[in-house]
Amino acid sequence: MMGFTDLLVIITIIFYFLSTASYFAYLFFQKDYLHRLGIYILGTGFVAHTTLIGTTFMHIGSIPAHNLHQTLSLAGWILAGVFLTFQYRFGLRVLGIFIAPLATFTMIISSRLPITPDRLDESFKSFWLILHVVIIFTGEAAFALACGVGILYLLQEHAIKTKKRGFFFNRLPSLEMLDSTGYACIITGFTMVTIGLLSGFLYARSIWGRFWSWDPKEVWSGIMWLFYAALLHERLVVGWRGRKSAIMSIIGFVVLLFTFLGVNFFLKGHHGDFTQW
Amino acid sequence: MVSQAVRSGKTGEKKYNNPEQSNINQMKRSDVVENREENVCRMKRAPVPENCRTDIVLLGLNHKTAEVELRECLGFSKDEADDALQAFRDSPAIAEVVLLSTCNRVELLMAAHDADQAVATAKAYLSATKHLPVSQFEEALYVHTGDEAVRHIFRVAASLDSMVVGEPQILGQLKDAYYTATLRRTSGVVLNRLLHKTFFVAKRVRTETGIGDRAVSISYAATELGRKIFGTLEEKKVLLIGAGEMAELAVEHLIQHRAGDILVANRTFERGLEMAGRFNGQAVRFEEIPDCLRAVDIIISSTGSPDFILTKDQVRKVMRARKNRPLFFIDIAVPRDIDPAINRIANTYVYDIDDLRDVIEENIEDRNREALRAGRIIDEGVIRFRQWYDSLDVVPTIVALREKLWGIAETEIRKSLGHSLSHLSPEEGQAIRRMTTAMINKMLHDPTIFLKKNGCHSGKTAYLDATRKLFKLDDEEGVLL
Repeated sequence: MMGFTDLLVIITIIFYFLSTASYFAYLFFQKDYLHRLGIYILGTGFVAHTTLIGTTFMHIGSIPAHNLHQTLSLAGWILAGVFLTFQYRFGLRVLGIFIAPLATFTMIISSRLPITPDRLDESFKSFWLILHVVIIFTGEAAFALACGVGILYLLQEHAIKTKKRGFFFNRLPSLEMLDSTGYACIITGFTMVTIGLLSGFLYARSIWGRFWSWDPKEVWSGIMWLFYAALLHERLVVGWRGRKSAIMSIIGFVVLLFTFLGVNFFLKGHHGDFTQW
Repeated sequence: MVSQAVRSGKTGEKKYNNPEQSNINQMKRSDVVENREENVCRMKRAPVPENCRTDIVLLGLNHKTAEVELRECLGFSKDEADDALQAFRDSPAIAEVVLLSTCNRVELLMAAHDADQAVATAKAYLSATKHLPVSQFEEALYVHTGDEAVRHIFRVAASLDSMVVGEPQILGQLKDAYYTATLRRTSGVVLNRLLHKTFFVAKRVRTETGIGDRAVSISYAATELGRKIFGTLEEKKVLLIGAGEMAELAVEHLIQHRAGDILVANRTFERGLEMAGRFNGQAVRFEEIPDCLRAVDIIISSTGSPDFILTKDQVRKVMRARKNRPLFFIDIAVPRDIDPAINRIANTYVYDIDDLRDVIEENIEDRNREALRAGRIIDEGVIRFRQWYDSLDVVPTIVALREKLWGIAETEIRKSLGHSLSHLSPEEGQAIRRMTTAMINKMLHDPTIFLKKNGCHSGKTAYLDATRKLFKLDDEEGVLL
């Protein structure tokens, strides 16, 4: 069983890596077939990854988020899935140069972490937990995409503003497209994270008898949610778009990373289990 | 070896000759297969009657060799081109001709039995119809023959010989010229094939290189930048401040890209009204410009004002009301109309005339880099065309025909002896091979004699071309266009 799982991990990493190579080749040579290749390879990797997640789920009988190894793998899987969905919806080809390496990196780190003995913790079998984790991760993956789009926006905007077009000018899409895609990512991410937090509250109520317990993870999740809520509010009311929106997306992702990993490493709380070594 | 054989001793350039040969009947299949190139060369070196040669000749002048006055004088209108084609068709010196006449070039592409005579005929015609002594335009003329003529027409079609490298119009003009020639029946087997190859090469250059990708005029550069900011220019509102040829041209380009409403602000309202009418737009008073900024997306300014028309503070105030939707300023005026400090405001982009020129220069450099890659595609096209043209000689066609039939026969014999006739002894197999040899030789006898006897007639290339097409002797990737 473990042999098969290891094989799936290796296959997934190889496909994600090849997809990264294809996307970078596409960035340099701008040939359509390289982009298509990147998508197909990433899609194949995603199928292998889905099998891996599914197999682990069947094996342990609950969502594979018991330790950092599983959590990162789950995050990488959802990131790839969300990217493929956005790619299908918006066709922002070049975003692959950000997501494919991120998925590869996540999987490589995950594969290097120790796999702790499986536990049969009944609390992990709650429907609300599965909903909470999957939806939160989907929202966070959308925020990761927003960060990637924001970086691309800043590169393109810099080229146009400074009138030094350089390497990226012809390789990146228009500012309008980058801005609207980033906005769509943030809207999606915000909606998902909101639902995810609500399901988390319900899960907390069912396990600990209260919705909110001032756990550091909860506090930082609240900060992250407020940050993106402010960004959306300002965008709709004042018109925070373009450069400001791009910068905020990047900062937001840093806050997200801290909430996802930093809090568990530096601040203790009941979410620590998800990222234990 | 082949190229050496077809090299003309006169100019050092490649010539497309069709030498007759005399000993094809004596050729054995083994000779054909083993010594094909040697045989071809030997036959090409044999004395060739002058009247059998058909050279490709290109005579012309362009913007690099002739001043605009001379180009205007020697240019052909559509009717004049028809008359010229008729005249050349009646001339015994010229077998086929296509006439290309644009504002930048006048070129005659010919297939002729005697290149010198064809050139002299063309010069005489130009002199007579344009009422200009040959001495007054001879200096500006260039004459290319063989490979160089083919290369030249490929370069022209791929827009490598144009004033603005990569401009797409020339290919359409060449297609029109060819269409006229086909209507007047002045193009034949050789020029038909050459022109089709020319269009093929030009298309390859356009698709495989980025030669036409970059904007090389102010208005195109502005449009390109606009698309990089807005994605699409569709429905984007444009404000034109002041008048000016370049600004109007930029507006026209934006309209071509389906820009939305056009507002025109001019110091003289009547003039603004007149311009707005031309663009189907709306005139606004000069004082209304700051208010207009709330609604428009692109501002093109070209006034004679010594001071800035729009300042940073004015734009900053407007941006909040616009909810920071991007504003693109194209300042074509000298001195400038738009305060360059506006570029520092978020979501505003200011390009002045120098910035646009920099974009153009960068694009021209890109195009020139791409032109080097295009040269490689053209060289390949020239070689492929030469292979086809050489194949129009009698010897290669007959050799190819024999090889094709022998190939088919050999395959079928091997297949039959391996399966349904596997019970036959080796001697019986040899008998079948001998019988097949005799059949092929007899079948090929009459076509060989026919092609040989028609070798020096005017329709020789047509017969050879038809033979090659009938038996599909040209390799798709190699010789065939």
